[in-house]
Amino acid sequence: MTDTPVIGVLALQGDVREHLIALASADALARPVRRPEELAEVDGLVIPGGESTTMSKLAVLFGMMEPLRERVAAGLPVYGTCAGMILLADKILDPRAGQETVGGIDMIVRRNAFGRQNESFEAAVDVDGVPGGPVEGVFIRAPWVESVGARAEVLAVHGGHIVAVRQGNVMATSFHPELTGDHRVHAFFTDMVRAVG
Amino acid sequence: MSTLPRTPQSAETPATGTARVKRGMAEQLKGGVIMDVVDAEQAKIAEDAGAVAVMALERVPADIRKDGGVARMSDPNMIEEIIEAVSIPVMAKSRIGHFVEAQVLQSLGVDYIDESEVLTPADEVNHSDKFAFTTPFVCGATNLGEALRRIAEGAAMIRSKGEAGTGNVVEAVRHLRQIKNEIARLRGYDNNELYAAAKDLRAPYELVKEVAELGKLPVVLFSAGGVATPADAALMRQLGAEGVFVGSGIFKSGDPAKRAAAIVKATTFYDDPKIIADASRNLGEAMVGINCDTLPEAERYANRGW
Repeated sequence: MTDTPVIGVLALQGDVREHLIALASADALARPVRRPEELAEVDGLVIPGGESTTMSKLAVLFGMMEPLRERVAAGLPVYGTCAGMILLADKILDPRAGQETVGGIDMIVRRNAFGRQNESFEAAVDVDGVPGGPVEGVFIRAPWVESVGARAEVLAVHGGHIVAVRQGNVMATSFHPELTGDHRVHAFFTDMVRAVG
Repeated sequence: MSTLPRTPQSAETPATGTARVKRGMAEQLKGGVIMDVVDAEQAKIAEDAGAVAVMALERVPADIRKDGGVARMSDPNMIEEIIEAVSIPVMAKSRIGHFVEAQVLQSLGVDYIDESEVLTPADEVNHSDKFAFTTPFVCGATNLGEALRRIAEGAAMIRSKGEAGTGNVVEAVRHLRQIKNEIARLRGYDNNELYAAAKDLRAPYELVKEVAELGKLPVVLFSAGGVATPADAALMRQLGAEGVFVGSGIFKSGDPAKRAAAIVKATTFYDDPKIIADASRNLGEAMVGINCDTLPEAERYANRGW
């Protein structure tokens, strides 16, 4: 693989633009992905923040769920933020009827665990493997991870709750680095994609 | 409701209600459809159809038009029932300048407050000070100056006003084109010209400069007012709206569940005419529209707010 991997951002709904900008500044070739044929062409994928129920419905509706599962199972590096974390969880604690996930990380996620919008907050978060001190964590109606399986590695904890996890080539954060202008987490993920290549 | 605790469970003291958290919330709604609902049952239909949020209100704009009289904030019971019924964000409307209605909505735990011209204005001079709230605000605008004045008051999201309750997209198109054109014009100005531009727009210079540099509003821009079909929603997206509010268009139509899902599809694949065509098939009757050029001045909601 070249030093400039192609990283897609799942563009069914959510803050796609911010991820594209963050990935570009981490020297990846970033492009939106809405169709199976677009997914087939990327070296890595970001699942953005948004509404997890909406995103999962649209993924099923437009035939993306199975291709996503297949590529994740085949080792595609994927990074999910907030709603993206929920989609990468093997299990949701309290899913809406029919809410499906892509899976990829052996963890149980609680949706909106930190509360509604009035409880949304910013806080500094230390993320294992991301150099240069804590990152600014923006938590918006954010989920947390209730528990992880043996294969999953906890990367960050806030207020006693797991907020960043990695399992193999798949990582997820409860918070939104794409909203901060600090692109270290995206650089960390882009390096992961390079390493796989 | 167990999945949405009202109080933070973190032991540390986080910074809530920051501009980043307020604006960031709207960023998460992008590419989505926000639907007007009047009860829990409609809210569930909207959620099942793939709405990214619902707007809880007592009467959809088409009925407000029909009924006349003063339109106010909804009954807290009704808003709470909707909050309980769905896990997607819930928005609710306050009257323009009625900051006590906004305080009430914040206390109910709504996720966004729409300071809306669809309700009867409570103050003909002042909008609410939106910085005074933890809950973020969305406001309507017909042009760039109006959008920037709302942002200067603390709005974290802007929508076109359109002409709500008409099922006629013409005013939403006018407002969105106006905002986009004015932004494009600012891009061509040099620094000397931006001061006069700020004066003409009746907006703070700092915001005008920011827009000139970004080439977009510093907050998310949605379309609202008059969207009734999948093609209407896709039109607004192609014109530059980052998402779409649909008011009366869904629950005043023949088959709300089907139309809601169709509008969601067309909003996601707004640049794919084949998908929009498929989404447009056999939707049953659309809401009956109103021609905006026959609408008396006094019945134009877009003229409310300043």
